[in-house]
Amino acid sequence: MQQPGPPPPGGYNPMMQPGPPPPGGYNPNNMQPRMQQPPSNYMGPPPPGNMGPPNAGPGMNPTGMYRPPVSGGPRPQYPGQMMDGQQRTGQGLIRGPLPPSTSANQYGVKPLPGAGPPVGHMPVSTGQQSNYRTGPSPPSSSYQPGPAPPNGVAGPHAGPGPHASGPPSSRFSSNAHNRFAPSSGAMTNSFPNGSGGPPPTTKAPTQRLPNSGPPPSGTPPIGGSIPLPVAQVPPTIQQDRPSSAGDLNASLNSSGPPSARSSAAPSPIPSQQYDNLEGGIPFFPNSQGGAPPSAGDFAPPGQYPQQPNTYTSPPPHAGGQYLGPPPPGGRPPQHTGAPPTGPPPPTGAPPMGQNYMPGPPTGPPTGPPTGPPTGPPTGPPTGQELSRTSGIAGKRQYPQQPGYMASAPPQPGSGTAQPPTNAAQQQQPGPFQPSQVGGQSGPASQVLNNVIKKESTTMNDINAGMSNVRLQETRPLNLLQERHVLPPKEFHPPKPKLHPDYQKIQVSPDVFRSTLNAIPESQSLLQKSRLPLGLIIHPFRDLSHLPVIQSSVIVRCRSCRTYINPFVAFIDQRRWRCNLCFRVNDLPEEFTFDPVTKTYGDPQRRPEIKSSTIEFIAPSEYMLRPPQPAVYLFLLDVSFSAIESGYLSVVCQTIIDNLDKMPGDARTMIGFVTYDSMLHFYSLPEGATRPQMMVVSDIDDIFLPCPSDLLVNIQESKELVCELLNQLPAMFVDNKNTQTALGPALQAAHKLLSPTGGRVTIFQCTLPSVGVGALKAREDPNQRATAKSVPNLGPATDFYKKMSLDFSGQQICADIFMMGAQYMDIATLAGIAKFSGGSLSYYPAFHTVKNPIQAERLESDLKRYLTRKIGFEAVMRIRCTKGMSIHTFHGNFFVRSTDLLSLPNINPDAGFAMQVSIEDNLNSSSLACFQAALLYTSSKGERRIRVHTMCLPVTNQLTDVMIGADAQAISGLLARMAVDKCQTSSLGDARDALVNVCLDSLAAYKTTLANSHTMGALMCPPNMRLLPLYTLSLLKNLAFRIGMSTKLDTRVFAMEMFKCMPLLYNMLHVHPDLYPVHNLTDEGALLLQDQAIPQPNLVGLSSEYLSREGAFLMDCGDIMYLFVGQNVSPDFCSDILDAPDFASIPEGQIDLPELDNPRSDQLRLFVSWLLEKRPYHAPLLVIRDDSPDRGLFLGHLIQDRAEGSKSYYEFIQHLQKEIK
Amino acid sequence: MAFTFVALCYLLAMILAAVLIFFAIFHIIAFDELKTDYKNPIDQCNSLNPLVLPEYIIHIFYNVLFLIAGQLFTVVLNLPLMGYHIYRYANRPVMSGPGLYDATTIMNADILSRCMREGWIKLAFYLLSFFYYLYSMIYVLVSS
Repeated sequence: MQQPGPPPPGGYNPMMQPGPPPPGGYNPNNMQPRMQQPPSNYMGPPPPGNMGPPNAGPGMNPTGMYRPPVSGGPRPQYPGQMMDGQQRTGQGLIRGPLPPSTSANQYGVKPLPGAGPPVGHMPVSTGQQSNYRTGPSPPSSSYQPGPAPPNGVAGPHAGPGPHASGPPSSRFSSNAHNRFAPSSGAMTNSFPNGSGGPPPTTKAPTQRLPNSGPPPSGTPPIGGSIPLPVAQVPPTIQQDRPSSAGDLNASLNSSGPPSARSSAAPSPIPSQQYDNLEGGIPFFPNSQGGAPPSAGDFAPPGQYPQQPNTYTSPPPHAGGQYLGPPPPGGRPPQHTGAPPTGPPPPTGAPPMGQNYMPGPPTGPPTGPPTGPPTGPPTGPPTGQELSRTSGIAGKRQYPQQPGYMASAPPQPGSGTAQPPTNAAQQQQPGPFQPSQVGGQSGPASQVLNNVIKKESTTMNDINAGMSNVRLQETRPLNLLQERHVLPPKEFHPPKPKLHPDYQKIQVSPDVFRSTLNAIPESQSLLQKSRLPLGLIIHPFRDLSHLPVIQSSVIVRCRSCRTYINPFVAFIDQRRWRCNLCFRVNDLPEEFTFDPVTKTYGDPQRRPEIKSSTIEFIAPSEYMLRPPQPAVYLFLLDVSFSAIESGYLSVVCQTIIDNLDKMPGDARTMIGFVTYDSMLHFYSLPEGATRPQMMVVSDIDDIFLPCPSDLLVNIQESKELVCELLNQLPAMFVDNKNTQTALGPALQAAHKLLSPTGGRVTIFQCTLPSVGVGALKAREDPNQRATAKSVPNLGPATDFYKKMSLDFSGQQICADIFMMGAQYMDIATLAGIAKFSGGSLSYYPAFHTVKNPIQAERLESDLKRYLTRKIGFEAVMRIRCTKGMSIHTFHGNFFVRSTDLLSLPNINPDAGFAMQVSIEDNLNSSSLACFQAALLYTSSKGERRIRVHTMCLPVTNQLTDVMIGADAQAISGLLARMAVDKCQTSSLGDARDALVNVCLDSLAAYKTTLANSHTMGALMCPPNMRLLPLYTLSLLKNLAFRIGMSTKLDTRVFAMEMFKCMPLLYNMLHVHPDLYPVHNLTDEGALLLQDQAIPQPNLVGLSSEYLSREGAFLMDCGDIMYLFVGQNVSPDFCSDILDAPDFASIPEGQIDLPELDNPRSDQLRLFVSWLLEKRPYHAPLLVIRDDSPDRGLFLGHLIQDRAEGSKSYYEFIQHLQKEIK
Repeated sequence: MAFTFVALCYLLAMILAAVLIFFAIFHIIAFDELKTDYKNPIDQCNSLNPLVLPEYIIHIFYNVLFLIAGQLFTVVLNLPLMGYHIYRYANRPVMSGPGLYDATTIMNADILSRCMREGWIKLAFYLLSFFYYLYSMIYVLVSS
């Protein structure tokens, strides 16, 4: 109700943006006016109806609603709402996923306008009720309004939203205005236009639809009581909404709301509050208003027509969701409870459908799980599909379901306790199934495939990959005899020994992974294994399949606040046991309610239970202020050396090219500041024809030369921004100023962004030399090759760290691109990014002409940087099963409390690691779980929560622990620990520690084997066979090597990369992949989109595998080398390199020429396939065997002996000797 | 039974030791709050850091008095702690203000537990010193 108003606007804004949206309904006060205007928008929120009421009793709503749980009252309303909703219902659900276009249609559908309004009124009455609910409830809440609305789904929510908003808004309003003012103004404008009519309505419809779906039938009946319609769970599939239509909508929504709420606290957040949010505060009354998050979903008007479809999908939403999760397939049912199957238990029965799993019992009828899925699949699956299908599509699904039911009939019999009919439940499953199907099974997938072909294939790949992993051999290896330890293909982490059902839904190891795949029962057992226990997580990874849920209630454990996940145990239909703290919690009724059938049933149908990676659209309780707009500020170094390197034109051009692709909504703001020994600000007032430059030369006391227009709306001032970027490189071309005042520039950035938060992108080419934060060169070039400890690995001053913490407090993130040819003290400068959740990039000796490789890297990295997803004002919390705790965190963030990371921004290329310690015996459960919850504001102004849950078995056997060790994850974690050790102790200690872990763990393993096996051998469990190799690679890595000349900056940067990169990228830096490419064949090729991508085997990094007749491709992560042997065949030269023979291959050639012959195609396909697996670009450098650059390539052959370091074989022998 | 300079030293030291006990308790409470999530590490470090140097100075101050008063045995008892203080401060993280605690690393479980342990040990030490000074003062008064 209140809330969310969702949507938006209404709620939030009430004050702020009043206008726009819709508010009308919502806020009583302000609202009314608005209502009229926006009606449409608001309506969107179908809820309007509800809203209406809310408004009516604005006062009431505000607070009351959300919190208290009183549900009773409200519900009744729901029914009413539902009714309204009905029309819309279908639509609502879909929202998330829809493709833009569809969405548009949807809107159309929504027609709702009419509906909207009415509803609104209705709401009034409801409003009151809603209030009741609010509190608590969920129910209403569910309604979602708040949050949901935005999406469309929410329609209903919207209703709530309003209410909520109403109150909140009023409070905030004043503040909000001020702060936001600028933006809001913009927003408002926009709203009127775009959103105007359509949006609102649309939303409403949508939202409702979902609800309505249920309601219609169900509601009344059940309703009476309480059925909460809610469920909207529109499972959206994709993370992002379609941009096109979506954006508009989004903007609309967001605009309004945000501001309103924000008012309260512009500044982000005091830390504690955060905690509450993510952690734990269950309900915040106040919060409500805000939320509306996401309006984004709404489609543009145009789309309206289709909406219906979408909506439909919603219903399916269930289905949709399911889809999302593809994996879910059969999620296992809950263990505890009675066996899943509901069958037996009456209630349980219900599940069946959904569960598919029920497999057992039900299974039969339907055809086991799989069966069902397939069938249904079609419909529900993806949002996209839905959208495409006619409006009714959603419904279709239902029908299908019935079919399932038919098959399942038996089950029905078992009546669930709840009102719902069994049948209904079964049906439900249907929908869900679809989703599942998408993921897994063939049939279903076929249907879907057309639509989501790409995605599904990905999933299949993943699944296949997982299942294909060879059964782990437990037979120990003797490393002294295993010359070729490297797997011929990709490395697969060992799979935990879990129940097959859990295995299926286990989180992807690319996202979340543990160093040990069997958790030792006690700290003493862990110490016996001598292995580090830790988690490596890549929480914001770009995913092709992500179920997104907008639900009225987000079910969490009452004591530890864990999100419900697939690994919880259902004790019965109404209770579940938390898998982290083991508390028994009540299951909200909404969670068992299936909107499709309007019945209550097995909770296992829910996507939350079917997918271990899931995203929720958070209601307003999760906000401390209205979601912030996307704000980007660029700090550009224009000192002499910076200009001379030519970076400015590359950067400006890239920004111009990607201006439209930067994530954001209609509120997105952008600004530029350049600096040498003075700061130059650029005012870009709306309506001006030329940017205006203001120079501030007093860098000791920084002030902003003008209060506004330094940050401007990216859409409204696009021409001015482009003009400025076009002029910038020329403006400073004659700049002879060699000083740079980075410190003052950062202070100015802090002042500029404090009110909103956002992202600062810094381009720095030299050592900062004036003002606060000035640094001195600390490196002694003569000591670069010393074998003794390396000094100056830590920061020289804490200015940058303090600045970074200040940024963090204001939700500002600083990313720094460093391009110096000279020493620029990365150890100190990195501080600015380290604690504000930023990223670091380093282009040593950048020069557009002299160093084209770096120029190419900068351009492509910057493009990715500007366009990649971004999450604002984020926090991440890691929870683990009782008995374990997080010991140390690694990555770029600020640790706010023992398990909470504050991340002003989160980007998809950030990785984190944490060491875990075991404090109590874990023998109370056979499973240990870890849950990472990332709460962030999307670029569209939605508050979202991404939850990853990993489940691992607990063991009391040392052998199980050793066998489950994951060599890659261990070396990734060790590298991070070693970096810490370098900074607190010394490089030498860090190197010793690396070797010691390797030694100790192998020695520990040896104790588990009989003596006869270990005489004169170095035994190793198969999964750990790469550990010695990786350890050696680390010792020879830029970051940790000694004895060879290594620039301090390069070394420190390599260390920083270890700390903040996801594991997969780290591993390429540690141990590059080497492929022979002189005779690529289609044998074993990977078929992708009708193209056969050759899959050459990996070979070890040793000259032993090189040949003079061959050509070898080495993938080092951020660069690739094609090494061409001296006697390579002339055919190869001409086919691939367009040179008649070896001698005529040009020196320093970058990239492969595009030649029209099969060999060239093959190789280029292979290279681009490699590149697609990572988010950034890696230039390819061709190196001739006789080139002076060959050291670049040969230096990576770490299995060979190099000056002062051991060869792999020597290292193994050394280990063996030490272990004796 | 004259009130000598030595007795005055012990009296002062006793009072100051009581102050240091409060410092130690404050530290322990502060770290415990961090451990239990009640406080933001930045705030907590900001409130703790200004207390570090005064504590060291107070401790060194009454030891200087003891030195002047010729209470060498008492000084020897305090030497290890003084040495530890100097070592600790010399190895503090890079920071511009006074103090020891860095908000960005304080949440590391190792560092936090070390600070906790340090707090308890100091509390015990100051408590024992307090009674030792009390005893010594009376002893001096009585024996003179």
